[in-house]
Amino acid sequence: MGSPPLFYRWSSKIMPWLGILAIIFLSAGLFWGLLIAPTDYKQGDVYRILYVHVPSAILGQSIFMFMAACGLINVVWRAKISGMMLKSAAPIGMSFTLIALVTGSVWGKPTWGTWWVWDARLTSTLILFFIYAALIGLYSSIDDKTKADRAVSILSIVGLAIIPVIKKSVDWWQTLHQPSTFTLTSSPSMSPDMYQPLLLCVIGFYLIFAFTLTLNLRNEVIDRERSKNWVKQIFVN
Amino acid sequence: MNPLRKQRLYALIAVLIGSLLATWLVVSALSENMNLFYSPSEILEAGIDENVLIRAGGMVKQGSIEKSKDSLNVRFTVTDYQNELIINYEGILPDLFDENAGVVVRGNLRTDGSFQAIEVLAKHDENYMPPEVAKLIEAKE
Repeated sequence: MGSPPLFYRWSSKIMPWLGILAIIFLSAGLFWGLLIAPTDYKQGDVYRILYVHVPSAILGQSIFMFMAACGLINVVWRAKISGMMLKSAAPIGMSFTLIALVTGSVWGKPTWGTWWVWDARLTSTLILFFIYAALIGLYSSIDDKTKADRAVSILSIVGLAIIPVIKKSVDWWQTLHQPSTFTLTSSPSMSPDMYQPLLLCVIGFYLIFAFTLTLNLRNEVIDRERSKNWVKQIFVN
Repeated sequence: MNPLRKQRLYALIAVLIGSLLATWLVVSALSENMNLFYSPSEILEAGIDENVLIRAGGMVKQGSIEKSKDSLNVRFTVTDYQNELIINYEGILPDLFDENAGVVVRGNLRTDGSFQAIEVLAKHDENYMPPEVAKLIEAKE
């Protein structure tokens, strides 16, 4: 999978399946969550925005961790594909973080009474969004792609420190954002008929990420290898 | 692993540790300022001046909400189960504002020791359940 032509051939086969699975999981999760799941005793129907907000926030952070892992592989083993993967994942992670911020804000207005508040959870998530922006900016400011890959790889490792801060912000400080509903140590403080569709949505969002990442990565591979014979062969035939 | 790769790996680990350390230093230097609001106990301890804009937060005490009949004035007590603070506010309250629910208010202390709020935000907790389940829990209690 490490070599670009092998990845290209292999991804052509897997891509349609990723797309189909993403559509199935997401439409099932959203249909169940938005239309069938019971209303909340306190918030009414407003709470349903969490079926988009929570998966986006999860993805925004997991994609950054994935990118840092790509960065590590790129710096230590100099695997070309890991650098392309990091670059291809960045705009997706940034979009999910933006969706999490916007949906959170839309939920905050009717629930809290304000669009935005500078508490630790919201501020640290905004910082993550800016780190994504910095990473994309740094990449596009360096002409040599190999050097650009290495620079963003190191930045992704540096930026990784924000992830535990986001995760623990609601426990370390007093915030307006509520503490985690789902923890490893205790049973979730949400009824099962509400969190089951959420689980489907989270899987669906991960599948969308896998699908769009493959799509971006294929473009990146073709772009960087355009002078190579294997690319010419694909497009000539 | 060949020595060159090992060296790069150690360098990266050093970068990560450095970054975590820097973040930790920033976060601990800011420590108290990272809190969005003060609890009633902290306000009593700190002896904050009047006219200083602060945020206070806690739970709305049961049976403490007094709404004026002919204006938007409202008076309620915020508690952290150790100390209490009386809040005065004039304006529209968020939908989730209720007894035994979290609240964050922005404003300043008054000379009589109560708090004049210019903004009231409702804090949501981490519990989600359908109304029928909430009724069952209430009945049990």
